[in-house]
Amino acid sequence: MQTKELERVARQIRRRDLQAVYDAGAGHIGGEMSAIDILAALYFRVLKVYPDEPRRADRDRFILSKGHTACALYITLAKRGFFPEEEISTFLQPHSRLNGHPNCNKVPGVETNTGPLGHGLPVAVGIATAGKLTSADYHTYVMTGDGEMQEGSNWEAIMAASQFGLGNLTLIIDHNRFQQGAALADTNDVAPLRPKLEAFGWDVTEINGNEMAEIVPALEHRGSRPHCIVAHTNKGHGISFMQDRVDWHHKVPNREQYEQAVAELSEAL
Amino acid sequence: MDAPNMNANLYDCRDAFAATLETLAAGEQTIVAVCNDSVGSSKLGGFKAKFPGRLVNVGIAEQNMVGVGAGLANGGRIPFVCGASCFLTGRALEQIKADISYSNANVKLIGISSGMAYGELGPTHHSIEDFAWTRVLPNLPVIAPCDRSETAAAVRWAASYAGPCFLRLSRVGVPDLLPEDHTFELGRANLLRDGTDVTLIANGTLTHRMVKAAEILAKQGVNARVLNMATVRPIDEKAIIAAAMETGAIVTAEEHSIYGGLGSAVAEVVVENAPVPMKRLGVPGIYAPTGSAEFLLDELGMAPSAIAEAALALIKRK
Repeated sequence: MQTKELERVARQIRRRDLQAVYDAGAGHIGGEMSAIDILAALYFRVLKVYPDEPRRADRDRFILSKGHTACALYITLAKRGFFPEEEISTFLQPHSRLNGHPNCNKVPGVETNTGPLGHGLPVAVGIATAGKLTSADYHTYVMTGDGEMQEGSNWEAIMAASQFGLGNLTLIIDHNRFQQGAALADTNDVAPLRPKLEAFGWDVTEINGNEMAEIVPALEHRGSRPHCIVAHTNKGHGISFMQDRVDWHHKVPNREQYEQAVAELSEAL
Repeated sequence: MDAPNMNANLYDCRDAFAATLETLAAGEQTIVAVCNDSVGSSKLGGFKAKFPGRLVNVGIAEQNMVGVGAGLANGGRIPFVCGASCFLTGRALEQIKADISYSNANVKLIGISSGMAYGELGPTHHSIEDFAWTRVLPNLPVIAPCDRSETAAAVRWAASYAGPCFLRLSRVGVPDLLPEDHTFELGRANLLRDGTDVTLIANGTLTHRMVKAAEILAKQGVNARVLNMATVRPIDEKAIIAAAMETGAIVTAEEHSIYGGLGSAVAEVVVENAPVPMKRLGVPGIYAPTGSAEFLLDELGMAPSAIAEAALALIKRK
């Protein structure tokens, strides 16, 4: 899929995500809007995945370590054919398999259960290590939030990935500059991320993570060292009144706000 | 009955673990070992020499170690994740919950030197909370073998079992109790000695102490049943209920806090099904004083003679 089409898919995912969060009355819409362009690029351009055989051994892997933005992943997976798109309407409903955080034993296409932060990258290091041990062709991607990089387990994994020479691993940091309670800079500022990752022996690419033309080549980068994409994004991207506002981490739009957001996103469609 | 065959020789069960793992790995290419700078203490030196590419040493980083284990399983490997039990379970408990148990990843967690095996190194290195921490987690069998034969059998079982498990090993020498060709069955206790007056239930390093306590009791005309209960979860409810109904009193002993471990698991079954007097022996809710593991077990009331006395006192309450 080419850039224009990917941008259109991303806008459709945004529109469905907004509705799902509004209908469910809960969700993490800010961090979903920041990550959706990258999810669209992964699932509709970059990843070798097989919706009919979600656990095929040679599939590429993607782990959403920032598991609280599960809704965006669900919509992307459904749109890619892993399960029926109609099922998105069950998000957070009693007994729905579409929980607030993704479950690999219930939702096809999910690789590991995430939710507590700082878990996805170590698991991704293990997957990439298995790939290297067996000379498998698959590539492993993992996306963390920028606030999530405050978790020490990530830095354990960053060291190991470098030590093990995992050129088959890509870490995407959704650098939207806001965490749950405040700006990253006002909490525990792990930025700038590039020099830290480089010091740990990683290749680093900085991109505008809401710009498809920059996202795709970064995801397709291959080298001998693990690769980190510092994706500069906007929390709430695409919806004017949400953008870069910390309270939209997990706020739910009221009817008026919903209608305004629908109008903005529909205009872009 | 699985007749005990106790002799004077004591064996470090880590050796049986390592030898069995190496044998299995020679035949099954997917087996890998993961450790936290613990090649020596996990007895993985032989594995490393034979399968250098299949030993993943993450360094001193237990959270990453457990996550990497889950990832290796996702990539089709069968990882044996080995580390001192205090660090493996304590430091990485959330990883064990989310990445292993909740994700149902095919990872074998091997807690080395559990209980008070590190003795004089003190309570930071004691792992007397690990049964409590792990047995509440769904999908995760919790197993503490009593001798080298059961250790080898449990490792073979773990490799063939399609799911996660936690094997709790020690480094403290124990005698042979079970036959050399013992087959491990998940959730099944082994009857080491039959009796009708009281039942002694233990696992790990305490089982042989229970057998000795039963011998002391026998000399006083008390017939004690001895159950080796390696599997703490899923617990052998049938054997516990039968013991309660047929012997009317149960003593448990474990190298673990009395809160939340084997004794608690047994008590849960007893209370709901066949209430009888019980005595739980273990670490009584304290941080242990300085001393070797053997010294501490004696000091905390788990010498065979003290176990026998506890059983006699309990029988009076029937």
